[in-house]
Amino acid sequence: MLGDSDIAAIVLTLKLASVTTLLLLFIGTPIAWWLARTRSPWKGAIGAVVALPIVLPPTVIGFYLLVAMGPNGPVGQLTQSLGLGVLPFTFSGLVVASVFYSMPFVVQPIQNAFEAIGEWPLEAAATLRASPLDTFFSVVLPLARPGYLTASVLGFAHTVGEFGVVLMIGGNIPDKTRVVSVQIYDHVEAMEYGQAHWLAAIMVAFSFVVLLLLYTLNPTGRRR
Amino acid sequence: MNSGNASGIRARFRIDYSGFLLDVDLDLPGRGVTALFGHSGSGKTTLLRAIAGLEPAPGGRLAVNGEVWQDEAVFRPTWQRPLGYVFQEASLFPHLSVQANLQYGQTRVPAAARRVSLDQAVALLDIGHLLGRKPARLSGGERQRVGIARALATSPRLLLMDEPLAALDHALKQEILPYLERLHDELDIPVLYVSHAPDEVARLADHIVVMEGGHAVANGPLTDTLARLDLPIKLGEDVGVVLDAVVTARDEEWHLAHMDFPGGHLWVRDQGLPVGHPARVRILARDVSLARAPVTGTSILNTLPAIVVDSVADAHPALTLVKLRVGESLLLARLTLRSAHALELTPGQLLYAQIKAVALLG
Amino acid sequence: MHIGRSLVKNAFRLPALALLATPFASAALAAEVSVAVAANFAAPMQTIAADFEKDSGHKAQLVFGSTGKLYAQIRNGAPFEVLLAADNETPARLEKEGFAVDGSRFTYAIGQLALWSARSGYVGDNPGVLRQGTFRHLGIANPRLAPYGAAAVETLTRLGLLGKVEGKFVQGENIAQTFQFVATGNAELGFVALSQVYADDKLKGGSAWVVPARLHSPIRQDAVVLVKGKENPAATALIKFLKTDKAHAVIKSYGYAW
Repeated sequence: MLGDSDIAAIVLTLKLASVTTLLLLFIGTPIAWWLARTRSPWKGAIGAVVALPIVLPPTVIGFYLLVAMGPNGPVGQLTQSLGLGVLPFTFSGLVVASVFYSMPFVVQPIQNAFEAIGEWPLEAAATLRASPLDTFFSVVLPLARPGYLTASVLGFAHTVGEFGVVLMIGGNIPDKTRVVSVQIYDHVEAMEYGQAHWLAAIMVAFSFVVLLLLYTLNPTGRRR
Repeated sequence: MNSGNASGIRARFRIDYSGFLLDVDLDLPGRGVTALFGHSGSGKTTLLRAIAGLEPAPGGRLAVNGEVWQDEAVFRPTWQRPLGYVFQEASLFPHLSVQANLQYGQTRVPAAARRVSLDQAVALLDIGHLLGRKPARLSGGERQRVGIARALATSPRLLLMDEPLAALDHALKQEILPYLERLHDELDIPVLYVSHAPDEVARLADHIVVMEGGHAVANGPLTDTLARLDLPIKLGEDVGVVLDAVVTARDEEWHLAHMDFPGGHLWVRDQGLPVGHPARVRILARDVSLARAPVTGTSILNTLPAIVVDSVADAHPALTLVKLRVGESLLLARLTLRSAHALELTPGQLLYAQIKAVALLG
Repeated sequence: MHIGRSLVKNAFRLPALALLATPFASAALAAEVSVAVAANFAAPMQTIAADFEKDSGHKAQLVFGSTGKLYAQIRNGAPFEVLLAADNETPARLEKEGFAVDGSRFTYAIGQLALWSARSGYVGDNPGVLRQGTFRHLGIANPRLAPYGAAAVETLTRLGLLGKVEGKFVQGENIAQTFQFVATGNAELGFVALSQVYADDKLKGGSAWVVPARLHSPIRQDAVVLVKGKENPAATALIKFLKTDKAHAVIKSYGYAW
């Protein structure tokens, strides 16, 4: 059965995933909007950077984050000069890494939703005296709701399932960086297969429920 | 340069797309319905969108009844132009009910600037029974009526309509046209109406701009412009004139109405309009034949004395188009070149125009 | 008995393997052996394998991984014939569970622990820096998983410093990851394997205190012949080769004792 450290890992994981998802919805929205609307030649490059975590092995991302956020890395220099210290081995560090790592899973569904909305609702709103910002909140967001639901669920689930990155920059500190996936790994490595099974089963069940919710709450094909 | 007459719409746009140039400089009346008429690709929708600010038109100038919306120094974005826009397919917001769609624009207009109430717009388009529905549960015609009401509810100072009936079938068109006419009669809002359908134009417009290849090739009052001989080619089979008439008598026995127009009178089928009611009639050139003397013993009801003004070759080499004056009004007749030859047509000649059909446009 | 049953089961599998191996063995006495190697021993093993192939004519196919992962793979049918583990428990366990050949187990190297920093001059030739405790993070391999981690904890306990520095631990899942923490400067110092920072009998960079062997129980790295390699002459030859002076010299030059 589950021990105290397992419970602590679950709580920490949920906290990490919630904070990350919330941050990503805020950060991802302008990025997705820009990607959906721009005709800039930079669109391809920015889109590719956002999508990088999909193709890169997590340990590669983790390693570069470790180097970049370390005391000698560019991010580390910046955080130190801002008086924030260095990020690896801290909860904030995990959040930053997760934001980067789960970014495409949040940005892309939102971007797709924005693209699917098309031009006409924006034009219609403009002819009805709605400013662009007003239009965004009164028309775009409600119409993109299914995309936001998908983005939240995927971002949350992906952060929960994150392992390689956390492994590289976490340092396995209880209550700060020891999340469920690392805990499972430890159990497996320590040949405590019973506990590993328990935690893994909980994660499988959790992922299933999340995806089930996603597919039932988000019926496809709802257009004008 | 003249920027903004006290009244009227002054629009000057030059938009250069690769392969297409819109280049217009127009003075349009500040009241009534102005049709922007032309084939698809003639630039009429682009012009309408430029007027709305939806199409970026750097260097363009636009003033509406004395208010500058756009010139070298000013560019009001669409949402800051007091206009109403009716799209080809009613762009109702799918996440809002009909009521909320109507309120969307209205609540964004400062209370002091509201001249059309929601109730008025709802009554005018007769959509009171639809208010609780979502757009997905409306028919095409209902959607378009809601779209028009939504635009009206913003108390626009200019109403732009982009082929609002184009997506509807004939029956639905007939369902909507009366509402558009009421709009015309009951609200004092200038309307720019984009259309490629001559029957809509004949029925609704007071003024017409004929667009071709990005240019305005004609711009004038409907009746005069329709009778111009240099244009009809573009109208094809629907070449004809529109006359503003008044019902002067009704023959109950034969169900006919007697109508006076400037320079003559006609019998038409009675459609219940009371005596004294103004109405438009449309006479197509192909329904007019000419004779040297009044013909007796014919089924034709209306024969009018007419003076030949001019004639011009028609689209087909066998045909010619003749412009005639009946009193103060103009009439067009389409003849074969051979018949014209037999009549020995000359300007100033008196002939008798036999009118086979007259359409009463409500 | 459990072991007896496993052996019987394996006896059924063996003929097929033997058949496969026969043509090679009889033709040129050259066979191929599949070797699972603990990640920390990757570098010396590559040199040793090259020497082995040259001297014996056999081929050695090396697969690297953490000992825990290799163990799980072996239990689940991985086709390894020899295991070079990072500890002595895993080979013993495999032997007990019937996946390894009885009596084939031996210590091929003894790991040496070092307290290392990427900064030169940061760590002196004694544990003084630990006593001062002016660092934020002390890198250490997960003591539950990695023998070097366990040895580090044991050392700290003997020095009476565990309570003082425990709160500053950042744990790598294995010794390679711990090395990364320290090498990137994210942890100012950490307990690593000497083999990671040592080459040609000197430190590759930074500063280190080589922890005296008396401060912790020896970090024995044991090798064992797996049941699948029982009949493979190349496996036997490799085991033999690992015990030669030639191999020992290589092992030593990488910072291991034996």
